[in-house]
Amino acid sequence: MSTPATAETRKTALNSVHRRMGAKMMNFGGWDMPVEYTGILAEHEAVRRRVGLFDVSHMGEIEIRGPRALDLVQHVSSNNAAKLAIGQAQYSGLMTPRGTFVDDLLVHKISDTHYFLCVNAGNQDRDYAHIAEHNKFGAEVENAGARYSQIAIQGPRALELLQRFTKVALAPITYYWFAFGDVSGVDCLIARTGYTGEDGFEIYFSPEHSEKMWNALMDAGQPLGVAACGLGARNTLRLEAGMALYGHEIDDTTTPWEANLAWICKVDKGEFLGRDVLMRQKEMGVQRILAGFEMNSRLIARDGYAVLDGTREVGSVTSGGPAPFLKKNIGFAYVPPKLSAPGTPIAISVRGETAPAKIVPAPFYKRAK
Amino acid sequence: MYPADFRYTKDHEWIQVSGSTGTVGITDYAQHALGDVVFVQLPQTGAKLKAGAVLGTVESVKAVSEVFSPVSGEVTEVNSDLTDAPEKINQDPHRSAWLVKLKIENPKDVAALMDAKAYQEYVAEKEKEQTA
Repeated sequence: MSTPATAETRKTALNSVHRRMGAKMMNFGGWDMPVEYTGILAEHEAVRRRVGLFDVSHMGEIEIRGPRALDLVQHVSSNNAAKLAIGQAQYSGLMTPRGTFVDDLLVHKISDTHYFLCVNAGNQDRDYAHIAEHNKFGAEVENAGARYSQIAIQGPRALELLQRFTKVALAPITYYWFAFGDVSGVDCLIARTGYTGEDGFEIYFSPEHSEKMWNALMDAGQPLGVAACGLGARNTLRLEAGMALYGHEIDDTTTPWEANLAWICKVDKGEFLGRDVLMRQKEMGVQRILAGFEMNSRLIARDGYAVLDGTREVGSVTSGGPAPFLKKNIGFAYVPPKLSAPGTPIAISVRGETAPAKIVPAPFYKRAK
Repeated sequence: MYPADFRYTKDHEWIQVSGSTGTVGITDYAQHALGDVVFVQLPQTGAKLKAGAVLGTVESVKAVSEVFSPVSGEVTEVNSDLTDAPEKINQDPHRSAWLVKLKIENPKDVAALMDAKAYQEYVAEKEKEQTA
């Protein structure tokens, strides 16, 4: 259901375009954002089979510059940014001293002295304050969200669509790499990243070009079957692809070990915030771990529903819903480690009804390469 | 848009009365607000419902929405077609995607509901709030 845009809600440069297109709008992390245009199922399908466009300008950008930029990035994040080459990006966690997540983010290495971080919309001011607070390296930290619009072009035909607007050869930019270049006459950071489980790009550019960029991509995308996609499809796509959403799978009470994100937690890289706690937890083992599950019936698990082992409540659902492409009902939940192996039967309490489910490997959906 | 022979609730259910039988569904406004419907849970035939009690749930991709009985009565029939084709609620909410039929206990329950004109105004007011 759409909610009115109030003085407190922030708007992207494409807000009036979404409203003109008749999108259903909602408040997301303080931003007035489109949930859906024609329908979540159709938009989800378009991204899996063709191409979808998302206005993700609400996402925050933080830039870190200076001779000790890397030291600051390393100090506040869990992945090893020292491994990045210029032009490469990585998924990482912004850590509290307790080893929990302030946020999750993408770290792009622009040069040895310049890192570009993409963070969640609702967290950007808090992230900026956190990084600034822990900046004992004299790096320059800029809360740069207002300087960027971001459009995600996602789906098997994303490259074909975007290539029409740029001379930058897109095919050689491999997954989690980026380049700078002119797209439709606008300077862009062009990253081969996304939050859908499909191939695709995320482009960052100066907001005044937003309408022109959006309209050009929508128009040229018509013959390719492009769909404008809202946050509704973004959520079903990321869930199906097994990706975490801040505030659901991860937050400032969860650690990377618990969230099954050991691959972004490099305790061997040297000191960083929360490392001691994380090393101890690694040794002791976790009490709960994030696991994917699939419902055995048509009943749908929703965020917050209890996970049952027999009749005992042993965990809770962090994200649950239909997986439109897989045509199953899926979800993520925190469960005791002994219940986390694929195939383990569990149950979800669906409004008082005990609905059988089973643990399955995540990601639930993997695109054919 | 909203059939003149239906009565409507503030929670966006409709009821069409024929003798002592009421056919109940959710309105076009409700289906649009919900988005793509993917699951419907309905009561058993024979269930006795009070006016305003939960009759069932309609789930869209994003959300669960409870449906309330517009009147008190006993469920005489449920629309089992919706089990395999919940999307009918989006496509044809006022006709083929009815949810249940009820034997109406008290005709006064019906008289208390909005007529089409009142509901239309009620919905227009809601829409105005949202685009303000």
